[in-house]
Amino acid sequence: MSTDTSYEERLQAFVGREVIARRKGQDAVNQAMIRHWVEAMLDDNPIYTDAEAARATGRNGVVAPVTMTQAWTMRGLKAHLAGTGGGAMSELLALLDEGGYTSVVATDSDFEFHRELEIGDEVDADEVVAAISEEKATGLGIGRFVTTVRTYRDQHDRVVAVQNWRTLRFKPGTGRSAKPAEEEKPRALRPRPAINLDNQFWFDAAKEHRLVIQRCADCGQLRHPPGPACPHCQSFDWDTLEASGEGTVYSYIVAHHPPHPAFEYPLLIAVVELAEGTRLTTNLVGVEPADVTIGMPVRLEWLDADPDLTLPVFRPVTEQEQ
Amino acid sequence: MSAISGTSAIVGIGATEFSKASGRSELQLACESVVAALDDAGIHPSEVNGMVSFTMESSSEIHVARSIGIKEQTFFSRVAHGGGAACGTVAHAAAAITAGLADVVVCWRAFNERSGQRFGLGQADRPMDISADRAYYSWLTPYGLSTPAQWVAMAAQRYMHEYGATSRDFGQIAVIDRKHAATNPHAWFHKRPITIEDHQNSRWIAEPLHLLDCCQETDGGQALIVVSAERAKDLKHKPAWVTGASQGIAEDQLMMTSYYRPEITGLPEMKLVADQLWEQSGRRPDDMDAAILYDHFTPFVLTQLEELGFCGRGEAKDFIADGHLDTDGKLPLNTHGGQLGEAYLHGMNGIAEAVRLIRGESVNQPKQVDDVVVTAGTGVPTSGLVLSADR
Repeated sequence: MSTDTSYEERLQAFVGREVIARRKGQDAVNQAMIRHWVEAMLDDNPIYTDAEAARATGRNGVVAPVTMTQAWTMRGLKAHLAGTGGGAMSELLALLDEGGYTSVVATDSDFEFHRELEIGDEVDADEVVAAISEEKATGLGIGRFVTTVRTYRDQHDRVVAVQNWRTLRFKPGTGRSAKPAEEEKPRALRPRPAINLDNQFWFDAAKEHRLVIQRCADCGQLRHPPGPACPHCQSFDWDTLEASGEGTVYSYIVAHHPPHPAFEYPLLIAVVELAEGTRLTTNLVGVEPADVTIGMPVRLEWLDADPDLTLPVFRPVTEQEQ
Repeated sequence: MSAISGTSAIVGIGATEFSKASGRSELQLACESVVAALDDAGIHPSEVNGMVSFTMESSSEIHVARSIGIKEQTFFSRVAHGGGAACGTVAHAAAAITAGLADVVVCWRAFNERSGQRFGLGQADRPMDISADRAYYSWLTPYGLSTPAQWVAMAAQRYMHEYGATSRDFGQIAVIDRKHAATNPHAWFHKRPITIEDHQNSRWIAEPLHLLDCCQETDGGQALIVVSAERAKDLKHKPAWVTGASQGIAEDQLMMTSYYRPEITGLPEMKLVADQLWEQSGRRPDDMDAAILYDHFTPFVLTQLEELGFCGRGEAKDFIADGHLDTDGKLPLNTHGGQLGEAYLHGMNGIAEAVRLIRGESVNQPKQVDDVVVTAGTGVPTSGLVLSADR
């Protein structure tokens, strides 16, 4: 981390400076480039290609998409290969390199559009440094955000668009991803349930935080895990009963090995007997393995494990609550 | 005695070495074990006319047959539900022979279960589809309940709660198995017995199960040759007669997680198998001179002793403590070392040991063994056999 005050002063001296002088685009606004752009963008708005249609909207003729504004001023491959182009921007980049900020990533590009460009318009742009942040630790690395303002004008000096352009200039290898992996790795998702026509209702209800039990519509028997027919009376008609959420631990295990990356171990897995009489496999929360006992009263809670998976879990009921 | 009793016999057994990395294809392991079993029986591959394996087997009968010169097959079938299939392969063979569909049937199982797909890693990361069998795991794996050890642990915890059994009681099975494996040169744990303290000190896998409650993982193959009574007459070895052969699925059966039955401390599918075995064979538990009980996890060995009728419900821990399972006890158990000690060959190596016991050739031969009961995978739809010296 740079604590060199003179370096900081030299850097901040760029704020307010024009780093790229007004530079005219290589080509005037023309139909061919517009056509290629809108075809690539799958934009079939006729005002970009059909003068009649454009005039019908009150325009003078064909206009260029505003999102093309920057494209008119791009330097092209040849200039890019030739180098940075000198000037104050080269000085700023050299100073950033000196501070170790040799890597770059664009972070923001906010446009304010003032007018539409017509065929024959000529566009230029200049670029002024708006701000250089203090050093920050980011996921990518330690660096500084450099914000510049690019102003696009036409041949009549009218402002066409203003772009706030922000990049992060950072020291490679200093990001969090360079640290030991485990801390950074997002927890894996829990194993997915296989949803089919026989079990979908249960998982759909779970997403709404409703624990349902399948019930035979003819003989009233409850069943879980669910199935298409009643084993008692062979009826295929069924509805559901919403469980009270009260239950007791019927059995449980403390899983240690092999670990699955979605879970923290030791992991409490239980078969809970619901007050309604059916059992289900679940996790116990809010309790240490040593404190779990068979017969312990537990109560339903919902675990929104990830955006696609909600599961019922159970927490011991305290004596006070009982 | 029923029609199936005494109509067929196991006359050949053959296996590969039991390892952790065979370095060979599962098909080759299958072929090696079948060739070895046929050689043991003194039967040429061209005489085989039936083949039976597990649905989980990766090498189907057509590939084994064309590889080793088995020519025409008039009977072939696969038995489902993992290790529960083991004795079922012999039951299918015996049924086919009894019905006259074939008279020389190969039963086999071969896999690289340690160096290839390891069952112990569980179902969590296996691809899901919407079949009823796969969709059932939706009730388990999202909560992290995805391995066989965990599934058995859930039942074991309730068993301990209801009957007062302890982890040490489960550990006795591991100690007995490893004691027997220690003297078996083919066992992975040859010369490596354990004490009950070793068991207690081994790390947790899924409480209440320690590491040493769990069977090993094995690469290898095991084959058996089942023939008709007529064909058994003039072969090299004394036939091990199939006097009982049965399968069982009980009410509300699920895959090792039948947690929704009124009680979960029993194995009613094994009771169903046992009732048939005693009826078919005309023999009773007291007639058994040894037992080869499926031991992927120790707790279900206790449950099996109860379901087979060797002791009352909840009394297995006392039955074991009384020393009945040692080689000089009244029911020597897993004399080859079981799947905890010899190898995890999905139960098929246990059937081979039962044959050796009838032949009098076990490395831990107890005494004269006239009748031995063998069981297959527990917690799943399962199967069992009674093998006998006499029809």
